[in-house]
Amino acid sequence: MSITQEPSSRTARPIEAREMGRSVVRRDGRAKVTGTATYAAEHAQDALHAVVVQSTIAKGRVTSVDATQTLAQPGVVEVLDHTSAPRLDKTDDRELAVLQDDRVGFRGQVVAVVLAESLEVAREGAALVEVSYDTQQHHVEFTPEAATDAPEKVNAGYPTDTDVGDLDAAMAEATVTVEQTYSTPYHHNNPMEPHATIALWDEGADRPLVLHDSTQGVHPVAKTLAPLFGLEQAQVQVLAPYVGGGFGSKGLPHCHEVVAALAAKAVPGRSVKLVLTRQQLFALAGYRTATVSRMRLGADRDGRISAVGHEVLEQTSAIKEFAEQTATISRMMYAGEHRRTSHRLARLDVAVPSWMRAPGELPGAHALEVAMDELAVAAGVDPVALRELNDPPRSPEDDQPWNDRRLVDCLHRGAERFGWASRIDAPRSTLDGDWWVGTGVASATYPTYVMPGNQARVVALEGGRYRVEVGAVDIGTGAWTVLAQVAADALGCPVASVDVEIASTDLPAATVAGGSAGTSSWGGAIAAAVEQLREDHGEHPSPGAESTAGGEADPRQQEHAMHSFGAVFAEARVHRWTGEIRVPRMLGVYSVGRIINPVLARSQFLGAMTMGLGAALFEESVRDPRFGHVVTQDLASYHVASHADVHDLQVEWLDESDTLATPMGSRGIGEIGIVGTSAAVANATFHATGVRVRSLPLTADRFLAAPAELPGR
Amino acid sequence: MRTFTYVRPDDVASAVEAVAADAEARFVAGGSNLVDHLKLGVARPGTLVDVTRLGLDAIEPHEGGLRVGANVRNSDLAAHPVVRQRYPAVARALLAGASGQIRHQATTAGNLLQRTRCVYFQDVTTPCHKREPGSGCSAIEGYGRYNAILGASGSCVAVHPSDLAVALTAVDAVVVVQGPGGERRVPMTELHRLPGDRPQDDTVLEHGDLVTAVELPDSPVAGLSTYYKARDRASYAFALVSVAAAVDLDGDTVRDLRVVWGGVAHRPWRATTLEDRLRGQRLTEETIAAAADAELADAVTGADNAYKPAMVRGATVHALTGLARRAGAATTEGIDA
Repeated sequence: MSITQEPSSRTARPIEAREMGRSVVRRDGRAKVTGTATYAAEHAQDALHAVVVQSTIAKGRVTSVDATQTLAQPGVVEVLDHTSAPRLDKTDDRELAVLQDDRVGFRGQVVAVVLAESLEVAREGAALVEVSYDTQQHHVEFTPEAATDAPEKVNAGYPTDTDVGDLDAAMAEATVTVEQTYSTPYHHNNPMEPHATIALWDEGADRPLVLHDSTQGVHPVAKTLAPLFGLEQAQVQVLAPYVGGGFGSKGLPHCHEVVAALAAKAVPGRSVKLVLTRQQLFALAGYRTATVSRMRLGADRDGRISAVGHEVLEQTSAIKEFAEQTATISRMMYAGEHRRTSHRLARLDVAVPSWMRAPGELPGAHALEVAMDELAVAAGVDPVALRELNDPPRSPEDDQPWNDRRLVDCLHRGAERFGWASRIDAPRSTLDGDWWVGTGVASATYPTYVMPGNQARVVALEGGRYRVEVGAVDIGTGAWTVLAQVAADALGCPVASVDVEIASTDLPAATVAGGSAGTSSWGGAIAAAVEQLREDHGEHPSPGAESTAGGEADPRQQEHAMHSFGAVFAEARVHRWTGEIRVPRMLGVYSVGRIINPVLARSQFLGAMTMGLGAALFEESVRDPRFGHVVTQDLASYHVASHADVHDLQVEWLDESDTLATPMGSRGIGEIGIVGTSAAVANATFHATGVRVRSLPLTADRFLAAPAELPGR
Repeated sequence: MRTFTYVRPDDVASAVEAVAADAEARFVAGGSNLVDHLKLGVARPGTLVDVTRLGLDAIEPHEGGLRVGANVRNSDLAAHPVVRQRYPAVARALLAGASGQIRHQATTAGNLLQRTRCVYFQDVTTPCHKREPGSGCSAIEGYGRYNAILGASGSCVAVHPSDLAVALTAVDAVVVVQGPGGERRVPMTELHRLPGDRPQDDTVLEHGDLVTAVELPDSPVAGLSTYYKARDRASYAFALVSVAAAVDLDGDTVRDLRVVWGGVAHRPWRATTLEDRLRGQRLTEETIAAAADAELADAVTGADNAYKPAMVRGATVHALTGLARRAGAATTEGIDA
């Protein structure tokens, strides 16, 4: 079915919560735990297998691709390179313009793809392709000095620089100052489910291109790929019923989706399956740039902040710009009349960075919240009290009123539950056996986004049942379930009476499961469609009656600074002999509007806090400057938190509803749990040891250089 | 497709013959390391000789100690009551390694013969002398956080990844090897090599040599032993450094001891200089640290692994003072593993 006429859009009225707020069981849970949920790579068992050949140089040109040995292998069907792959209609996006010319922009770039009857044949075939290069000098090492380019804007459309008041003068006048540099390393999103696409090209069909894809957004994939292949968006069908995590890396199409589609076009009528290996992910599916934040905080003797400076130096790929919005948090978080922020990029011959959970907020909050801890120490003020003291009544960014800023409530509740009052101020005060023990706190925030361009259809069925259709994707967050709860309350019926259909471009337009905006955006469209249904068909629609509508954010949001807030507390233990760090407990308290499904929400927060713990202690992609690629390219060398690293992890939220944000009263929850977590852990390690480590990850060796008590030194 | 022949002999002699006769043949047991290498292109055997049907899976009393079959799973060895009671360092080392799933799959001999996790060794797009002799070493000037600090050469700075090997060295274990020419015994101290100019050879074993058992002797030091593994992540991480320590105390004075370091060299590093310094001494933080510094006199570090001497010294102080405390508190019930 195709949508011939744009439906009307509206801001739906607030919905009364009856099913919302209940821990309704995850609708896809049984299918997942019994292994019957079919992920992208599990369709089309007769598909040809595609394996990519990656460049072994970082910059230059491909001079020849010799596939003689590959083609001699029984079972190899086709080898495509830049001379033989089908042409794309658009090549301006060089990440996606794969196999279109001989240029190599980074090591690991796709230079050929092998299609074969089995994965094993394709894999060996790829290993046998001989690629020759004309190698050019590459620049792949990120240094702060190389970060000199100002992007036009940074991710999510924020301005590159801001400058209010006179930062330098305010710093000069301040009684207490902190001027320090904080850095975060490269991070790679490592979802459990690999990046996988099955593509089928059928030239004569209404929809020549059909994709089973592991993606955070089926409509965005169709929208991005269609023009590359000279198609209308409606001519591309994308399906993604189950997705095993994305964390941003599946938010935008990457080159593997284009490779799969190109390969499918070369063998029309035959499905082509492309699954990136874990190692290939490190070059081809996006990552978080390394960042350097030069922070300046100035305050009076009581800790009242007058000056905030946040200068960000980071990198992007020379072939495609992605500017992480690292300093945006410092524009709105705390008071201060004088404020300057900036972002500068080094353009390197490296893989293309992209979204990774809380882009901007994760590295930005780390820098700001560790600097705040340093300011607390310098001013002799308790870290919780310092944040409370500098809680601004209106947003310092644009002087707008807050939608509902309850950071101080989060801090107070967290401090109470964590036992903050009994904390000894002085660092390096507690030695328990062989472990130095300390506690730390950090604030968290995340913007409230409601995306335009979302539609939903509601269909009345027999027996008082309804079907709700929206082209959303459940990436493991619980959208299948939560959207049913939203629809049930909008319709005034039990959740069991609502069928939900998502995950296909056949369904009404929906934006990406990203920016913590999925439920907010799709739920608003569902609420709008229900209002439309009532207007079109009354309170008792006949079976078969249906209405479609678009959702729109409340226009009053334009006059408010829309954010969620939270407070994270952590305890850290640092081994006096080896520097090893363990985090026995963490607590996050969040103000995020109404929680629609407590069990699912808790999972989101715990997962994000665990990922933040990983960022604090372990995660680091090491790029070898001689070669240009990440050499820690598997989960044995790129460490994420293991079960044994997660101990007493607690989360709670304030009981509230924000109907300015959405008709449900909810705001997004997907990302805020990762924000500030690494700073809380870092601040706890300082409190434990007296050693201030200003770059992530906080590995054991960093605490050996401590004023350690190792004898004989 | 890359094909290989798979055979599964029923007796040791056939297995040894199958590999000895074929330069492209390899033994496979649990496969927890070799299968990775097949996928990565690190290993390209023509024949896999599966040794898991040879028996070799018993733990038996032997000359006052234990004889551990080569195919005994890591999880079973770690749980064995005699190992826990009399060789606690061995049990601890096993439990510090890999994950529960891998320990159920991995075998005793396979653990000892696993290969380095140096990232360049595992990445066939980069030079590595160990993987491809003569191609160069990417690790010397590259990512060096795990690199060796002792006994490395200009051709290789890899470390041996096994925890078990470190602990077995500390309890004077001996490896029983069946080769084409018969059976021989190789002490753990002699099994693994330093890289020199032949980093492709991890051990002294020849092609066709099959480890059939590991013997744990009746050791005066093993009963009071421990294994400490320092690592960033609390589980499923290779050692930054590790220490296997075993002590025989006369009151508070060291009668004899073994200290073996992991994560610092191409083989388990028996710290003989440290041991010599501490025999006849009391175990204090000062004496241990000084002895460790003597052992570390020849350590060579780079920017990425500059932390290792301090960390291994600290871990050694921690391990040995812990044993001394336990000895002081020990009762006739013995030492809790």
